[in-house]
Amino acid sequence: MKLKLLAATAAALMAAAPAFADLTIPALNYRTGPYAPSGIPYADGFSDYMTLLNERDGGIGGEMVNVVECETAYNTEKGVECYEQTKGDNALLYIPQSTGITYQLIPKASADGIPIWSLAYGRTSAVNGKVFEWVFNLPVTYWDGASVAVKYAMEQEGGSLEGKKIALVYHNSAYGKEPIRTLEKLSEKHGFELVLLAVDHPGQEQKSQWLQVRQQRPDYVFMWGWGVMNQVAIQEAANVRFPMDKFIGIWWSGSEADVLPVGDGANGYKSLTFHGAGTDFPVFGEIKSTVIDAGKAAGDGTKWGEVGYNKGVYTAAVLAEAIRAAQEASGKSNISPADLRDALESLEVTEARFEEIGLGGFAPAISLSCASHSSPRLAAIQQWNAADKTWSVLTDYMEPDFEIVDPLIEEDSMAYASENGIEPRSCE
Amino acid sequence: MPDQVLFAMEVTLNGLMAGVLYSLVALGFVLIFKASGIFNYAQGVMALFAAATLVGIMDGQVPFSHLINAIFGTDLHHFGWHVPALLAIVLTVGVMIVLAWLVQKLVMRHLVNQEPIILFMATIGLAYFLEGLSDLMWGSSIKTLDVGLPQGINDTIDRVTFDAFGYGFFIDNLDIVAAIIAALLVIALMAFNQYTKEGRALRAVADDHQAALSVGISLNFIWVLVWSLAGFVALVAGMMWGAKSGVQFSLSLIALKALPVLMLGGFTSIPGAIVGGLIIGVGEKLFEFLIGPMVGGATENWFAYVLALLFLVFRPQGLFGEKIIERV
Repeated sequence: MKLKLLAATAAALMAAAPAFADLTIPALNYRTGPYAPSGIPYADGFSDYMTLLNERDGGIGGEMVNVVECETAYNTEKGVECYEQTKGDNALLYIPQSTGITYQLIPKASADGIPIWSLAYGRTSAVNGKVFEWVFNLPVTYWDGASVAVKYAMEQEGGSLEGKKIALVYHNSAYGKEPIRTLEKLSEKHGFELVLLAVDHPGQEQKSQWLQVRQQRPDYVFMWGWGVMNQVAIQEAANVRFPMDKFIGIWWSGSEADVLPVGDGANGYKSLTFHGAGTDFPVFGEIKSTVIDAGKAAGDGTKWGEVGYNKGVYTAAVLAEAIRAAQEASGKSNISPADLRDALESLEVTEARFEEIGLGGFAPAISLSCASHSSPRLAAIQQWNAADKTWSVLTDYMEPDFEIVDPLIEEDSMAYASENGIEPRSCE
Repeated sequence: MPDQVLFAMEVTLNGLMAGVLYSLVALGFVLIFKASGIFNYAQGVMALFAAATLVGIMDGQVPFSHLINAIFGTDLHHFGWHVPALLAIVLTVGVMIVLAWLVQKLVMRHLVNQEPIILFMATIGLAYFLEGLSDLMWGSSIKTLDVGLPQGINDTIDRVTFDAFGYGFFIDNLDIVAAIIAALLVIALMAFNQYTKEGRALRAVADDHQAALSVGISLNFIWVLVWSLAGFVALVAGMMWGAKSGVQFSLSLIALKALPVLMLGGFTSIPGAIVGGLIIGVGEKLFEFLIGPMVGGATENWFAYVLALLFLVFRPQGLFGEKIIERV
């Protein structure tokens, strides 16, 4: 009798399992640790969008999406452990959510045949699809970001930065140093002076750097910060009365968590962004009614519409489009990681399609190819309004200076190929 | 006066102010080490826990709300009231006293007469437990701490120095407040040690546990008292640092800033913590100003330890620490 019961239970479980595990997306989240204030909104946004698809549409192409959360605490070792734990469950794709984890997973995932999507972080030269077959870095890279920031400053200064001074306050890590080479090239091209101010981890004490800003009086300050470094830098900038409208952070230095602790002092602070701000897009209303108000949200619902939350929604929406494309191309709903990789390489998400999925005007169109694993490579400037506690996008999405950035990508990716014995694909 | 000299003067003044903030953290370590010989690894996390509790109480946040909601299916987050800052500080001090009592009752009491390394290990465990408890009680989102502390450039100093040198010095109002609070705290602690019965008992325990016990001093009471005082100092440090960066996990890392101060000032001296903080603050800021640009900057974290090591080589007990003499 016991044996029969056991067999029946096992059969029931086996029958039930595929319904919940066909489209498995491991989410390497960080809801704890020093960077949790940034990790929680993203994790909530990503999961809530996927929950919306499951609740409203019965998943994607008839298959339920199973988001498997694995906590990394933004720790590289834990991230790699999460990868090893989850990759056997037909994991379709990894979004590492950390430059450190991305660097560790690039060789592993490439060998295992699982695509990696580093969302505007990680290795910039992974844009070169000829070398990085399994890695995608969309929608924009750090080098593009540095170039767009310079372009914006140049527009503000009437078209020339000749004789101007730009200071870069950066996290003293591989991530923080990413834009330096691009900015050096751009300073040669446009004739501005570049002042580099490194901040050691974690960045709670930045008096020296901001005294230097006060003494050297740069025209603009750019920031490549992370975690507590962002809040302290914005506070110190307010303390030394640096004009906030000339202080521009990268997209990881431009969330509510970065400005709210500073209060009114943060008013006017700017950052780069690659997606819209706020909740004035139809899909956000659907998430609210179908997921959050129905008690099915991943978090407590308080992060809805925050910058990090919107990044999560953006990522989930683009990934869902890639999964749909893979299902159509392969002719099956239960796709493999290789099917998804192939679909990503030819992914087209037009503005009309964004409109159809309730995200019209939220982000620019995407068009990936075998050779270019990043698109659209555009960024806009958003600004913080301390009174309303809202971000608003100030500019159109701007192109980087491809003349400067693309040769750097080519050079770095070919060096990687040479070091790792990779023969670049032809992509013809 | 040449610009570089003026800049160096400004950096020195700011180094002194930063040093005061380091001293505030170091004081908590000194209090516990002096009374019990324990290096309290959890001091930084206590600052985080105290500051998170203060904000939680002020905002009327329901503690353990995530846990309660998950178990009972409720949707509790806030009580709907706002507690004035002063009352919230008093209530937080109460929480820190309860925490001190629990630490003594549940952990330290069972480890009396154990090797110092065992006690140190216990505080490591306590640090990670408190980290988790803080997250569980108040959540891990960043919180804004607004207890009315002033921030930003001090206009008077800016104006006076501009009139005198043609260049206005930057001093943060928050740093001035921190310096005043640190001075008051040190005076109060020294007066407490010198003039109160409990303070004298505390000094007796610090000098010799066995002798103190033999004259009827309760070791349990003294340890609860000293952990409570360290909790209070942690609250002050958490408020000062939390006002700058918001209350978040990274507050627990401020302990890293206190270690070189302790190495330099000694683990057993309250004035040592202050003087050590000032030396480290000025030393690291001047080094960053003078040498930093030549070596790519970001020298402060490591230079503070180099400075402390130099002192350690010549004076292992620290500037004001008690010399350890072991007779064979």
